[in-house]
Amino acid sequence: MPAPIRLRELIRTIRTARTQAEEREMIQKECAAIRSSFREEDNTYRCRNVAKLLYMHMLGYPAHFGQLECLKLIASQKFTDKRIGYLGAMLLLDERQDVHLLMTNCIKNDLNHSTQYVQGLALCTLGCMGSSEMCRDLAGEVEKLLKTSNSYLRKKAALCAVHVIRKVPELMEMFLPATKNLLSEKNHGVLHTSVVLLTEMCERSPDMLSHFRKVWLLVPQLVRILKNLIMSGYSPEHDVSGISDPFLQVRILRLLRILGRSDDDSSEAMNDILAQVATNTETSKNVGNAILYETVLTIMDIKSESGLRVLAINILGRFLLNNDKNIRYVALTSLLKTVQTDHNAVQRHRSTIVDCLKDLDVSIKRRAMELSFALVNGNNIRGMMKELLYFLDSCDPEFKADCASGVFLAAEKYAPSKRWHIDTIMRVLTTAGSYVRDDSVPNLIQLITNSVEMHAYTVQRLYKALLDDISQQPLVQVSSWCIGEYGDLLVSGQCEEEEPIQVTEDEVLDVLEGLLLSNLSTPVTRGYSLLGEILNRIKKVVSVYGSSIDVELQQRAVEYNALFKKYDHMRPALLERMPIMEKTASNGPTEIVQTNGETEPSVPDTKHPPLVTQPANQANDLLDLLGGNDVVPVIQTTLPTKPASAGGELLDLLGDLSLSGGPAPAPVPSVPVSQPPFLLDGLSSQPLFTDIAAVIPPMTAYNKNGLKIEFTFERANPNPNIAVITIHATNTTEADMTEFVFQAAVPKTFQLQLLSPSSNIVPALNQGSITQIIRVLNPQKQQLRMRVKLTYTHKGLPVQDLAEVNNFPPQSWQ
Amino acid sequence: MQFMLLFSRQGKLRLQKWYVPQADKEKKKITRELVQTVLARKPKMCSFLEWRDLKVVYKRYASLYFCCAIEDQDNELITLEIIHRYVELLDKYFGSVCELDIIFNFEKAYFILDEFLLGGEAQETSKKNVLKAIEQADLLQESETTFASSCVKLIL
Repeated sequence: MPAPIRLRELIRTIRTARTQAEEREMIQKECAAIRSSFREEDNTYRCRNVAKLLYMHMLGYPAHFGQLECLKLIASQKFTDKRIGYLGAMLLLDERQDVHLLMTNCIKNDLNHSTQYVQGLALCTLGCMGSSEMCRDLAGEVEKLLKTSNSYLRKKAALCAVHVIRKVPELMEMFLPATKNLLSEKNHGVLHTSVVLLTEMCERSPDMLSHFRKVWLLVPQLVRILKNLIMSGYSPEHDVSGISDPFLQVRILRLLRILGRSDDDSSEAMNDILAQVATNTETSKNVGNAILYETVLTIMDIKSESGLRVLAINILGRFLLNNDKNIRYVALTSLLKTVQTDHNAVQRHRSTIVDCLKDLDVSIKRRAMELSFALVNGNNIRGMMKELLYFLDSCDPEFKADCASGVFLAAEKYAPSKRWHIDTIMRVLTTAGSYVRDDSVPNLIQLITNSVEMHAYTVQRLYKALLDDISQQPLVQVSSWCIGEYGDLLVSGQCEEEEPIQVTEDEVLDVLEGLLLSNLSTPVTRGYSLLGEILNRIKKVVSVYGSSIDVELQQRAVEYNALFKKYDHMRPALLERMPIMEKTASNGPTEIVQTNGETEPSVPDTKHPPLVTQPANQANDLLDLLGGNDVVPVIQTTLPTKPASAGGELLDLLGDLSLSGGPAPAPVPSVPVSQPPFLLDGLSSQPLFTDIAAVIPPMTAYNKNGLKIEFTFERANPNPNIAVITIHATNTTEADMTEFVFQAAVPKTFQLQLLSPSSNIVPALNQGSITQIIRVLNPQKQQLRMRVKLTYTHKGLPVQDLAEVNNFPPQSWQ
Repeated sequence: MQFMLLFSRQGKLRLQKWYVPQADKEKKKITRELVQTVLARKPKMCSFLEWRDLKVVYKRYASLYFCCAIEDQDNELITLEIIHRYVELLDKYFGSVCELDIIFNFEKAYFILDEFLLGGEAQETSKKNVLKAIEQADLLQESETTFASSCVKLIL
């Protein structure tokens, strides 16, 4: 059998292959030769064959049949074999392989070998890829080597110990005694690896950390070593561009950081050396900057005095002006970490940071953007927003979503005026509309409704924007909603736009076909209220959607059709403007309060009383009062708020009940109206005109002291288990009842939802009434009963009353 | 450090050192993706990028890319120095090292790396000491083969 081809020969041959296929052929041929050579148990050339196999493995070809051969090489007496064997093990035999553990014995023997280079190989292999079992078995050997006087082995043992600790943290303790003397070594390799080992221990065990601080007095030791490094003269062996052993310096600084973190004494002890390093390190080369960078990170993380912190931030500021991109990147990253704690100091560098927005490098741009948003405040909002909007225009798509969200948040917090706010949002929608998050649309709508004086201006601008470009969905949604709401302002402002409005809405309707329901219904409905002439047109469009595939569209279309046909006379009242929305937490899920503008005509004050979000306490009081166990507390809100965590007793009822269909952004139509109940329900999610309305007779629930409360019923059609009760409170006395609050509780098997009342004043002498809707879920069809609590102020005195309501008609719960 | 990769401008792998266990398939995937990402970078861009949840530091020396994936707490700038130190070691060993040296002597490149880094951390900060150790180990290897039969001068 001729000697197997030499490694370099093989490499040369394979490189001559001109195609992938040719290469594959050569490799296959060689693999076959190697396989048969392995089968023959050829000791002489095993090393060569495995080396060739490793080369082929690097090219991407399978080499698993060489795994056992690596083991044989490791077990060989020859150093050459061991060298290749261990290399092969590190490349082919990671801990996922079955044969991995077979190495353990070999490694154990080699750790005790007479030749330090063999020991070194074993330590290296164990430290790179030893499994937990291996580490457990061999930890003792490693620990022994940690105590040897041979610095070549000691440094390797230290890093091997790091690996062991990472794999088997419980073994940390056993290395403690041996670690103690490591720092007294002169050898830099040992020093460096010891610091790494100490760092690993500190990071993993707070006990170790305080032990090192207090018992070993590690900080002064490290400070001394660092000082010597800096002060000592030129040492050719460790010098890098005029700096002595930067690797060791950086590691020491990092360990100091961990030791000084949240510990005043330690931080104090390292103050001087940090200041010294920060001021004396040469900054012309990357090396010096690497040390400064680590120093800055340490200063910012420990309890350093303010002078030192300012020094650190100034270093970062200088970094920002450095020509080297890498330095700028690192500076931006660090500033981002410190902007919360040292806001003012970072603000000083704001203009430089904003300049970085124009950098060509993607990573730098991203960092600069994040940092810019963190720096926006009431003073610089206008200037910053200009820059950020410019950035939004020109940045890559991957940034647009984040940037848009950031702009919205910043605008919300710091907008100097409503008009500016609206302008800013519009700018975002027109330039990056397709990238904005879904919840920005309802937020914007809410903002617009809140700024009453801006309605005309807003709707005009939106209309014009819509004419220009209808491809940006969020913009279209907001625009159509506004046109719907404020179309009359739009028209009256410029009468010549009458015609264009018709056209636009048609176009808009076409475009909106695939969109969210809210967009379709509002222009249709509202548009109607503007001009009688368009009525026919709208009717036609609406009836088209009556048979649309989308169920929601169909439903709404049918409802509106019916609205046009049967309830013409009510239309003007129903189609009044939507009331101003209560502002809700902007971070939560979108929580739009009101509905399609069915305001109660008899109550001119459209601002709803603050019953919208009840504090948890109130519901708890109710529970206590009503004597608890068998009643379920009620959340008196229409909002799908997050459940309050008051003892976990409050239920998020809205999760269960099916509200008006559609995704969150769609307005929730559930405001009480003093019209007959079935009409109200018709404009909520339940389909209209299914004639179940008059079946359940109304009842008087309470009648005392001039206060009369009537219940009228309606069954919620999609879910027959839900009864919708509308309460009407009237007052026969000569004085108004103010601050009226109606609360109710039902037995456990029921679930109750109380929507917002129409107002909290019951006018005297039956001049008006308060209406409120209760929805009761009764899955077990049990007899409905209820406890009610009424509180109000009458003639200046507070009144409170409790009552049981048991006279529900059977049809209401069967 | 989690891993180090050396690859050419054409995307051919010249060296791969993994310090965390990964399945072979995963290694191939990571390598392929990272190589693509780095090769797509323009020359003026900075040497750092965020990739998956790691920080990647890379530097190009002639036709070879040296690429390291480091952890969150690691110092990017000093990693550049580590890469540079490794290149210096190779340069000293091979005498004006070029890509071909690393191709034809890949096992030596590994040996040198393993004398410089262990478990992803630097074990020796003195250039001289690393080179001395390699030299000694080479001598040991040589001495073994010279005692063997003369027609098997070069074992590899």
